[in-house]
Amino acid sequence: MTVARFWRETPRRYNLGGNRCSACTTVYFPPRAVCPTCQKHRQSLGKMEPFTLSGDGEVFSFTLVHEAAEGFEMQVPYVLALIKTTEGPLLTGQIVDISHEEVHIGMRVRAAFRKLREDGRAGVIHYGYKFSPARENGGREAVASPVSQEALARAAARTQGTART
Amino acid sequence: MEQKVGIVSYGAYVPRYRITPQEIGQVWGTDGTAMGKGLNVVRKSVPSPDEDTITISTEALRIALTRGKINPHDIGAIYVGSESHPYAVKPTATVVAQAVGATPYLTAADFEFACKAGTAAIQTCMGMVASRMITYGVAIGADTSQGAPGDALEYSASAGGAALVIGRENLIAEINATESFTTDTPDFWRREGQRYPSHGGRFTGEPAYFRHVGECGRRMMERAQTEPKDYQHVVFHQPNGKFPQRIGKSLGFSEAQMKYGLVTPWIGNTYSGAALIGLANVLDHAKGGDRVLVVGYGSGAGSDAFDVTVTDRIESYDRNHGRQVQEFLDGGVPLSYAMYAKYRGKIHLGGS
Repeated sequence: MTVARFWRETPRRYNLGGNRCSACTTVYFPPRAVCPTCQKHRQSLGKMEPFTLSGDGEVFSFTLVHEAAEGFEMQVPYVLALIKTTEGPLLTGQIVDISHEEVHIGMRVRAAFRKLREDGRAGVIHYGYKFSPARENGGREAVASPVSQEALARAAARTQGTART
Repeated sequence: MEQKVGIVSYGAYVPRYRITPQEIGQVWGTDGTAMGKGLNVVRKSVPSPDEDTITISTEALRIALTRGKINPHDIGAIYVGSESHPYAVKPTATVVAQAVGATPYLTAADFEFACKAGTAAIQTCMGMVASRMITYGVAIGADTSQGAPGDALEYSASAGGAALVIGRENLIAEINATESFTTDTPDFWRREGQRYPSHGGRFTGEPAYFRHVGECGRRMMERAQTEPKDYQHVVFHQPNGKFPQRIGKSLGFSEAQMKYGLVTPWIGNTYSGAALIGLANVLDHAKGGDRVLVVGYGSGAGSDAFDVTVTDRIESYDRNHGRQVQEFLDGGVPLSYAMYAKYRGKIHLGGS
């Protein structure tokens, strides 16, 4: 992706900047020039106003990706989901900060700011939204359950096993 | 300082993965348990492959802005202190400013002074706010630093950060005064193009950390005309869990005063984020009227100290929004060394 193209998309990727039809209040992401919901599209001309999505939503559907897209190799397997946002638009995003076994349809999520990809070792770094489990007080779920001694022992055992073979 | 300035809001962020000294030690044939005990580090945080200083800074600042109900357009300056800025040339602060919606009418820059770039950013914001150049200034300390594989630093170098919004009104904590102590002391460095930092081993102790933190802390108390017993909480820079305990004891502070300010044993050394995350944890637990001494340290070398008084406004401040620091200290997903090496880019994958 060229630097200029990504730069143009920055408001959307960083802040979920969409727009809203002031005639019928339908929200769009990414922003649209006219409102296809209005019976006569021309009614919405000049009435589309900037609107920033809250980042809150729920998992509408998801898939587990094993064959990574370029730049995502280190994160395999990862969850790619359709997120039904609170404001209405359905958008695609990666789910992070949760084990993929725990992701489920209807799970509340909130936008997180993450690195999306890098243009090689010398190129620009692209940032944008992903989604992580939400919590009631506006933040996200706890990092995970408290670290148990059993879990630490299991992690240690995995490495020991690898070292012996 | 005639014009009262202080902290209007704050937020902290620590990535979710953790690794223990035992796990690291068994890979390198050293006694990880003894190493962890010597450093007083139980586990350290590890960033995901898609996290860096920019994402950590943004997450911490977003929490701070929501908690303080602050309009991003009222921010006049954002300074990000770190020694692991993702770019050598291109600011971290501009990405953070754009990501929180503060652009374009503000100034922004990256600070670097080993582990004390975040406290230097606080001082800069204090001056700009007090002189009414700006309404709010944002000081961030964040890092995703690494130690070379097998080096003593690898047992503690971790990732995390915190953001403070500095202003004149609606203060949850007043900064009564600040003090600094700076010399040319080569205890820790990283040359241009080098992947991992170098350090002077035991030289990082007495002539570096202990001298600077001790002198700066004492001078701060002289200037504030206070004694250790006047403070409910104290926060020191914490490259490991032992150094801050030792300097605290030598300055006359008790373990109870250091309780909330010491976070490194559970998340590791977050470098520029360390003192600020410790302060965030203190503010998570503080009551109105509590007095806090904060002494940061950066190799190279220098210390910045702050004499802080928590206001009654902390009681109504929405510090429960988002995650409090204690959740980061308690939580985490353990990693094996193999996964840690993969996530931190320690495995050479071939190609260009």
